[in-house]
Amino acid sequence: MQITELQGIASQVRRDIVRQVHACQSGHPGGSLGCADLLVGLYFDQMKLKSNPDGTKVFDMDGIGEDLFFLSNGHISPVFYSVLARSGYFAASELATFRKLNSRLQGHPTTHEHLEGIRIASGSLGQGMSVAIGAAQAKKLNGDDSLVFVLMGDGEQNEGQVWEAAMYAPHHKVDNLVAVIDYNGQQIDGPTDKVMNNRDLGAKYAAFGWNIMKMNGNDMADVVKVLAEAREFSGNGQPTMILMTTEMGAGVDFMMGSHKWHGVAPNDEQLAAALAQLPETLGDY
Amino acid sequence: MKKYTFTEKKDTRSGFGAGMQALGQTNPNVVALCADLIGSLKLDAFIKENPERFFQTGIAEANMICIAAGLTIGGKIPFATTFANFGTGRVYDQIRQSVAYSDKNVKIACSHAGLTLGEDGATHQILEDIGMMKMLPGMTVINPCDYNQTKAATIAVAEHVGPVYLRFGRPVVPIFTAPDQEFIIGKAWTVNEGKDVSIFATGHLVWEAILAGEILAEKGIDAEIINIHTIKPLDEEAVLASVRKTGCAVSAEEHQIAGGLGDSIAQVLIKKHLAPLEYVGVEDSFGESGTPAQLMEKYGLNAASIVEKALKAIARKNS
Repeated sequence: MQITELQGIASQVRRDIVRQVHACQSGHPGGSLGCADLLVGLYFDQMKLKSNPDGTKVFDMDGIGEDLFFLSNGHISPVFYSVLARSGYFAASELATFRKLNSRLQGHPTTHEHLEGIRIASGSLGQGMSVAIGAAQAKKLNGDDSLVFVLMGDGEQNEGQVWEAAMYAPHHKVDNLVAVIDYNGQQIDGPTDKVMNNRDLGAKYAAFGWNIMKMNGNDMADVVKVLAEAREFSGNGQPTMILMTTEMGAGVDFMMGSHKWHGVAPNDEQLAAALAQLPETLGDY
Repeated sequence: MKKYTFTEKKDTRSGFGAGMQALGQTNPNVVALCADLIGSLKLDAFIKENPERFFQTGIAEANMICIAAGLTIGGKIPFATTFANFGTGRVYDQIRQSVAYSDKNVKIACSHAGLTLGEDGATHQILEDIGMMKMLPGMTVINPCDYNQTKAATIAVAEHVGPVYLRFGRPVVPIFTAPDQEFIIGKAWTVNEGKDVSIFATGHLVWEAILAGEILAEKGIDAEIINIHTIKPLDEEAVLASVRKTGCAVSAEEHQIAGGLGDSIAQVLIKKHLAPLEYVGVEDSFGESGTPAQLMEKYGLNAASIVEKALKAIARKNS
């Protein structure tokens, strides 16, 4: 797909994010906006997924013969839901139910409501990379050469389980796994270097035996290029870790450059100001 | 009263190992994970015969549980194995979110449950695991009583679709159930019929309940002994049918009284058939170092305690 077309989709996804969070006056817009380009690049261009003749997506839990994506930092559910809906897993109109009673779009993603596209619950941090490793090893046992992608936050790197998984994946040569860290430098209580300094994450993962790549997560051309390179590298005995630099709140000027919009909903005026910056390309739900 | 004898003692964990070896030969989707305790979990035969279906996680139980959850995506039936303390309490949130809430077909199979791991002491002697696991929606909780039953339960849980906690132990105990028995999850086994008191026992306490039944018989008391190997889902019909007949009950388990099998039985009796219930279990305490037999005696988890509680239950019924 053309980069400009992907950028157009990402603009619609960003509209969906702020509208979802505004409608229920809760949720996490900052990280969602920052990761919009990555998820659009994955689902609309780089991931090999199964589609129906009418363009909607096929979903079955086992996902044999197709790439899988796991969202470990489940609080950025608005971007996940929007991209799943816009890529054909369920109707975009369902985004209006986000975080409301009896919705399949729970505050954090869950399989419990059988929402197409979700394969694991996430929200309690630090678990997604381990799940992705298991799914990747199941693919190897099944002789399935498709890839498994997982996205984590940089604040999430505080969790000890992440480092259990970091040690395991190279040891077991899980080379069909592509992990991405959203390196936005922010977490709830402030900048990551103030809350709990991650220092050089690349050096840490490299020391465990990972293949390290870097990506500008808010430059669609770079997103697509680096994801393609990661696929090219797969099968070489090492898992890949992409350190993805993003701006929390990317695409909405007043939400950028601060952790303030990590988990705060815009009011009516702020919603209008945000939407004025984001062209409606696919039609609002 | 049926008389039970035994010719051999074995550990229930070896029954698990035998079950895994059998599954390795019959079910290609069964895989195993272990957190640096292969020998203790008796996985050697499974690993030798199926090296590609075994995943060593090192001493990293949180990672192990979530990798197991991931392996189900693609149709595998993972058995995540370690000591009961590290496979439940240490990783409760991983089990809650990635296994139970995510409806994953993971089997959490743990040895060294309860006091009978012995000398290692209270850091390793989990007595809260049944309670924690049974509180999770959708989780099946099984605590078999001897080698043969553990082997049968291991094979049965692989066929069951859904998360399971399978709990077994370290010490050698009498083998008194049938080899190659049919194990039906959620179906209690009536060890001995009786009319004066119902004794509901699980795990290592089932043999003690049989011994208690013999002592009670000498006192002219006809005890009904029921093996509740599946604590969740509980066989409520079996519990109610027995207590309707006997009018009083004793629960017996190697676990805290709070949150254990006895509490599950109490809920049934409170809701559907009020009757005196006495608990044999650990009374709000941690364990300590000692031999298994010494510990079971000190903490009141043996035939003598079951007899004492049975007499008390009967006295309450008759008062």
